Amino acid sequence: MKLTSEEQRMLDGGHGPAVQKAMEILVGLATVYGAERMIPITSAQIAGVSYDNLGAAGLQFLNDLADGGGRARVLATLNPAGMDIENWRALGIHASFARDQMEVLEAFARMQVATTCTCTPYLVGNAPRYGQHIAWAESSAVCYANSVLGARTNREGGPSALAAALTGRTPEYGYHLDSNRAPTVTMRVRTPLADTSDFGALGQAIGRRLETAAGTPVPRIEGIEQASTENLKSLCASVATYGGAALFHIPGITPEADRWPAPPVTIDIGPEEIDAAKQAMCDAEPGEVDFVSLGCPHLSVGELARVAELLSGKRVRKDFWVTTARPTKVIADRRGYTQAIEASGAIVAADTCCVVAPIRGRFRAMATDSAKACYYARARNGFRTLLRPFDQVVQEALR
Amino acid sequence: MKLRGRTIHRGHAAGEALVSSSAISFYGGVDPETGTVVEAGHELEGRSVSGRVLVFPRGKGSTVGSYTLLRLKAAGAAPHAIVNSECETITAVGCIIAEIPCVDRVAVERLETGDWLVVDGTEGAVEVVRRQGC
Repeated sequence: MKLTSEEQRMLDGGHGPAVQKAMEILVGLATVYGAERMIPITSAQIAGVSYDNLGAAGLQFLNDLADGGGRARVLATLNPAGMDIENWRALGIHASFARDQMEVLEAFARMQVATTCTCTPYLVGNAPRYGQHIAWAESSAVCYANSVLGARTNREGGPSALAAALTGRTPEYGYHLDSNRAPTVTMRVRTPLADTSDFGALGQAIGRRLETAAGTPVPRIEGIEQASTENLKSLCASVATYGGAALFHIPGITPEADRWPAPPVTIDIGPEEIDAAKQAMCDAEPGEVDFVSLGCPHLSVGELARVAELLSGKRVRKDFWVTTARPTKVIADRRGYTQAIEASGAIVAADTCCVVAPIRGRFRAMATDSAKACYYARARNGFRTLLRPFDQVVQEALR
Repeated sequence: MKLRGRTIHRGHAAGEALVSSSAISFYGGVDPETGTVVEAGHELEGRSVSGRVLVFPRGKGSTVGSYTLLRLKAAGAAPHAIVNSECETITAVGCIIAEIPCVDRVAVERLETGDWLVVDGTEGAVEVVRRQGC
């Protein structure tokens, strides 16, 4: 691979040890994937934020980079942390965890990374444009950026997205190249989809179909006439979780869908398959649910308004977390949504979510509208799950 | 016997091979403090990767697994080196940040658990010094 003289200087340590380590990571990836050169990026989204995943060793790594002069060269934002930074006590987080988590955020802040901890950076100011090269971790946001925005990113991990931020570069391979963005299979949806849980179930069904396919398939999804931003963020989260997909095209909805003809290989997805996907995410007994969660991915302002409307004047009878990005919560605060939701006994938590917070063992069964949250509730926390439409999830909290 | 491969991360290490014919998920699949494989049903379940030359086709699972390799290193429970048939993001980045020598594109099917391996990450080569049972 060819490095520019500036990139070679980074690799040789001319910009300090942090940039050197960052360039080593990028050159390693370039080797693995046969990239011929580095390309400049305009944005980074960094995972590996929750102390629950990083541990002391991960924190030390971040502090070493900050001490070694690492500074973000492009707009860089963070994935959710293990707690609400301002209101962690309300979530039952231990003080020792909170202290370690704050140290993680301080290390990122020293590297001039914006510590907005969210899986929906595209809703809160880190919104790349069509065709821009970016380096994002967080599989749902990667899928949203590639598919819905038409920006270009591979599925980065925490360290490689951080390395890209500290150098302003990423190796040119995978979804940065036009040739890898063409659809490889056509999926025809033969049933109407109503809300986020339907789109999540579709993502699971498509994901299961992709899992057995060779290589990295890019589905062209036909038969969807309308999809809100919230529907699309749900679909992206689910198809990335269950199928590892980083890119799809939907004619009439996503910007690159008409660049290529439809692939001849066609898979029909009918109502039975969507129902089966929903069933697969419901293993909780009725009456067993003791935790209710909305906000995977983080809720939009519109979704917070809906929760406030449904909870107005009522009392919840279960632990109910409503999770969102800090800037979104600020809007909700000013509109009175936060007060309306919290008056019911539910919690509006920013910066975190049910996937990364340290809640193993605290609950038995979780109700949610999110197919992705179902996957991690089981795999990571051992909860049973109940997938329900958005409004019914709120009703579950009142039951 | 010397097998030629490709450098993923530099450095030299030697150790007894622990070979898996299936992919390994470090996040959730390996205990970050002890190095014990905990993925239910995995062929290495219950075995420890600590101090071994870990040989497997490729990594799988969450990209958080790179940090698991770093945590293993800090706990003194990391493999001495990693040999893959085809490396990917999780393992490559994990080895680079944890400073674990790593070589890929090696004919891993010629290696067996118990072989004594000398890994030259810098040259991208794996030498089998002593066959199992010899």
